[in-house]
Amino acid sequence: MEHVLEVKNLHKSFKTGFIPQKKKVLQGITFQVSEGEIFGYLGPNGAGKTTTLKCILGIIYPEEGEIRLFGLPHTSLEAKKKIGFLPENPYFYEYLTASEFLRFYGQLFGLSPAQREKKISALLQLVGLTHASDIQLRKFSRGMLQRIGLAQALINEPSLVFLDEPLGGLDPLGRKEMRDIILRLREEGKTVFLCSHILQDIEMICDRVAIIVKGRIIDQGKLQDLVSEKILFYEAVISGLPASLVKDLGECMAAEGGRLLLKVEGEEKIKDLMKVVLEQGGTLHSLTPRTATLEDLFVDLVRQG
Amino acid sequence: MKIRAVALNTFREAIRDRILYLLIFFAAIGIIFSRFLALLTVGDRVKIIKDVGLASISLFGMLIAILIGTGLVYKEIDKKTIFTLMAKPIHRYQFLLGKYLGLLLTLLVIIILMSLIFLFLIFGHTLTIEWNLLVAILFIFLELCVLTAVAILFSCFTTPILSSLYSLAFYLIGHLSWGMETIIKKTKPGLGRTLLRILYIILPDLENFNFKTEVVHNLPIPGEIYLQSFLYGLFYSLFLLVLAMIIFQRRDFV
Repeated sequence: MEHVLEVKNLHKSFKTGFIPQKKKVLQGITFQVSEGEIFGYLGPNGAGKTTTLKCILGIIYPEEGEIRLFGLPHTSLEAKKKIGFLPENPYFYEYLTASEFLRFYGQLFGLSPAQREKKISALLQLVGLTHASDIQLRKFSRGMLQRIGLAQALINEPSLVFLDEPLGGLDPLGRKEMRDIILRLREEGKTVFLCSHILQDIEMICDRVAIIVKGRIIDQGKLQDLVSEKILFYEAVISGLPASLVKDLGECMAAEGGRLLLKVEGEEKIKDLMKVVLEQGGTLHSLTPRTATLEDLFVDLVRQG
Repeated sequence: MKIRAVALNTFREAIRDRILYLLIFFAAIGIIFSRFLALLTVGDRVKIIKDVGLASISLFGMLIAILIGTGLVYKEIDKKTIFTLMAKPIHRYQFLLGKYLGLLLTLLVIIILMSLIFLFLIFGHTLTIEWNLLVAILFIFLELCVLTAVAILFSCFTTPILSSLYSLAFYLIGHLSWGMETIIKKTKPGLGRTLLRILYIILPDLENFNFKTEVVHNLPIPGEIYLQSFLYGLFYSLFLLVLAMIIFQRRDFV
């Protein structure tokens, strides 16, 4: 697969404070995004996600490194014609109505008036804002702004869409709709670059992820490679037995109302536990295998990072 | 096309800004006030109306150029609307030029509106449409082109309050710098005189656009003075805009 985005050794620092001091925000970021995938760019707040995105989009200039979009320098207008961008907080011209807003961006892509109007009504329908086309954006709720933001990001039918925290500020239904739209974009062959710190979003829809902590990418790859499906331990809930009887079989994580929550490692120990329960006349209420989640991986990496 | 889109968007932004209507309201009051001032005058009342009317157009045009101009670019950065815009296929200079032309379009519409009120008021007294007043108004507009460029230049790197103060200082210096000609003449030739001359070239001389007295008193103006003032306005605005573009091109939007 071809790389639609290549980022090599990106460095960026900002001067902050009354007596300006250099603070390194990006320290050698390198990754590639292939055509047609949903790429998750993951990191805690302040890790450098948005700064990377701003460098890619030409909003700020990196001090070092190279960024290529579709094989072209990232600042070239040819490359920008093929991308769409939804910023983290929807910052838009609040004095414009929804359709005026989309018309303005349509003009920047040189769409003809007929193409523009057709596209505007299709996009308003896609994001469910047809009823609000003549309302000024200042009267929009945060969720509506997020939707109109997505519409402007798609006005040029981009091949690569950058979404910065696209599910923030949406209600559960809105989140599902947004996820469906993102998946539909992939079905249409578009590439999606998704920045988020909400792990469930990434886990549910991303093909590949990169994890950034303190300005460095500390892990990247296919989601299934990063998060193994190996069972780490079992959680067993039992009752009718004293804790002293099972203390050698697993760690007692909670004891409430006569029930014990045990963390049991290894299948041998599970067999032993079941034997003890049966022999001593206890009850096994549940037995849940726990596999590693993206969250576990993320927490581990952030702690190490 | 892209510059036009940004310019029309800027025009739309300006005409939906409440501050503009406040300024237009006071400008209209200023022009109409000249009529009452004329009542208190002994002698040629029409001259007073012309004087005060032209001064109102100039003053309120300046206020609109500075107050709206200094916020235009800053607001885009502060409200982060520039993020989405910079991700679109548009050069930074095109954006800045669009902003500039959009505000000029706003000013043009307002000046036309104020001129209509003004000419109508004069017509009420003389029963003739005094077209020659438009010459003075045209040069007021040229001065506003320079002021808007200054406002946009400052707005590229500092806050609206500071930009307004700097732009106002530019306006005041611009209307007082002609006095330097006298100082240069009275200074002995040498380093001091050369430095003063260089300073005079760098500092704006907005009196170049002031044809109010000549027009009100029907004094003859040679054609080359018009041309000279026009070229001065054109090149000074271009110089400021290029400076603004260089600063804007290099800066990070954080």
